[in-house]
Amino acid sequence: MSDIQLPIYLDNSSTTPTDPRVVETMIPYFTNVFGNASSRNHPFGWQAEEAVDTAREQIAQLIGANSKEIIFTSGATEAINLAIKGAVDMYARKGKHIITARTEHKAVLDTCKNLQKKGVDVTYLEVDGKGMLTPEQVAAAVRPDTVLICLMMVNNEVGVMQPLAPIAKIAHDNGILFMTDATQAVGKLPVNVNEYGIDLMPFTAHKMYGPKGVGALYVRRKRPRVKVTAQIDGGGHERGMRSGTLNVPGIVGFGKAAELARLEMAEDMARAATLRDRLEQNLLQLEESYLNGDAAHRTPYISNISFKHVEGEGLMMGFNQEIAVSSGSACTSASLEPSYVLTALGLDDELAHSSIRFSLGRFTTEAQIDYAAEKVKDAVNRMRELSPLWEMFKEGIDISKIEWAEH
Amino acid sequence: MAYSDKVLDHYHNPRNVGTLNKSKKNVGTGLVGAPECGDVMRLQIEVDDATGLITDAKFKTFGCGSAIASSSLATEWLKGKTVDEAATIDNMDIVEELALPPVKIHCSVLAEDAIVAAINDYRVKNGLAPIEREESIVH
Repeated sequence: MSDIQLPIYLDNSSTTPTDPRVVETMIPYFTNVFGNASSRNHPFGWQAEEAVDTAREQIAQLIGANSKEIIFTSGATEAINLAIKGAVDMYARKGKHIITARTEHKAVLDTCKNLQKKGVDVTYLEVDGKGMLTPEQVAAAVRPDTVLICLMMVNNEVGVMQPLAPIAKIAHDNGILFMTDATQAVGKLPVNVNEYGIDLMPFTAHKMYGPKGVGALYVRRKRPRVKVTAQIDGGGHERGMRSGTLNVPGIVGFGKAAELARLEMAEDMARAATLRDRLEQNLLQLEESYLNGDAAHRTPYISNISFKHVEGEGLMMGFNQEIAVSSGSACTSASLEPSYVLTALGLDDELAHSSIRFSLGRFTTEAQIDYAAEKVKDAVNRMRELSPLWEMFKEGIDISKIEWAEH
Repeated sequence: MAYSDKVLDHYHNPRNVGTLNKSKKNVGTGLVGAPECGDVMRLQIEVDDATGLITDAKFKTFGCGSAIASSSLATEWLKGKTVDEAATIDNMDIVEELALPPVKIHCSVLAEDAIVAAINDYRVKNGLAPIEREESIVH
C-alpha cells in the first residue's frame, strides 16, 4: 500500500478527469485548427465544422441517435434548462403541466420552480425508501394538459435507476414528451434513446472523461419530431435551438470521450461493479452502517453509505487530505439542511447527515479502494469515540425520544 | 473550503474528550443541538466546591470539524476558571481564536450554549437559579 498515490479520487460523479487520449485529440483545435465552425467561406471554418461533425457522429453513435439530433450546449445544466423551458414554451398550446420527481437534480428542480412562478404546474412524485418510483405513480399523475415527463436515468446521489422504458411508454400513449437527465449515465452505462423511448436527453462531457464546459441535448427528430424553443438567441446555431459559437476543442474532446466510452464501457462497468462490491463488503462490516438506495436497481459507479451517529462533514475531515468523496450533510450551507434526496428516501435527518457518497470511475484501482476503505473505517471509529450520540446508542438510550432543543 | 490550522489541530488532537459522572452534584452537563441539524454537543464541567473553580471539563460532539474544534477549545478555556468567569465566554471569542468562517459561526454559538447549559445544570443542582441570558442566535 505504500506505493499508492495520494489523494485518491472517489468523487467521479462530481466530475471525472479528462482522459489523456481526449486531451491529446483536443490540443490541435486550440492552435492549428482554431476556426469558427460557422465560417462557411474558408478552410479554417471548414476544418472546424468537419471536426464538429465527426464529434456529433461519435456522440450520436454512443446513444443510438442520429447526429442531427445532437444539440451542443455548455453542459448538462444548460441542456436541462433548454429541454424543460424549451419544451414548455414550444408546447404551451397543449398544456402547462410537468411531471417530475423529488429526487431529481437541482438543475431540474430549480428550472421547474422557476416555471411554476410563471404559471406552469409541476407534480413532484415521491419515491419509496429505496429511491424508486413506479410507472403506476407516473400514470396516475398524468393530466390532459401534461406536456412533459422528466425523470432522471441515474440518480446522482444514490445511483438508483428508475424503470424508464415503461414510463416513456406512458408518456407516448398520452402524447406527452419524455425527457431523462442522463448526466450520470451516458458514457458510463449503455444508453439507447430508441430502446428507452427518449424524446429529450441532456448529458455532459465532463462526467465521462471529457472536458468541462461542453454538453449536449438529444432532441428526437422522428416519431415524434420534437422541437424546443431556443433559450439563448443569436446566430441560429444548432438548428436554431441554441445560438452561440461552438466550443470546437470541447466538442472534439466530447466526441473522443464518447468514442472511448463506447469501446471501453463494458470493461469500465464490470471493473466498477467489482470494486464497488469490494468497497461495500468492507465498509458495511462496520456496525450501524447502511447502504442508501435500491441495491438491485442502480449504477455500479455509486455507493452511498450512512455511518450512523457520525456527521458526514466531520467524518470527511478525518480523511479528506487523502480521499476525495462527497457527503449528504450540508453543514456549510446556510440552511443546514441535509441532502433533499436522502430525506426524500425517508431517511431521518441524522442518517442523512451521516452519509458519504463514494463514486468510482475508469481510473479507480483495487489498491485505492482497499486503502480508502481502511481510512474511512478508521475515521468512523474515531469519530464515534467523539460522538455523544454513539455513546448514548451504546448505553441503550433511544436518541429519538430525547427532546432536542431545535436551534 | 479550507480549515484553519487551529481547527485542524483541535480536530486531529481533540482536548478533553470524554464523559464525567453526570450524577455527581458538582458536575454540570450541557447537551445542546439536535441530530437533525447535524450537530450535537455535550459539554461537562466538574467544579471544586471549596474554591468554585472548574477543575475538569470534557466534551463529546457529533458534528463537523468546526463544531468539534469549538467544543474542544471550550473545554480548554473552561478549566481553571470560576463558574462565573466561565459564563462570560462569548461565542465570538471562539470564532476569533479558531478563525471560523461565517458559515461556521453557528458552531461557536452552539459551544457557548453548551457552556451555559453545563453551568446552569451545575447551578440548579446546587440550589442556585439558572443564569439568565439573551436569546442566542437562532439558526
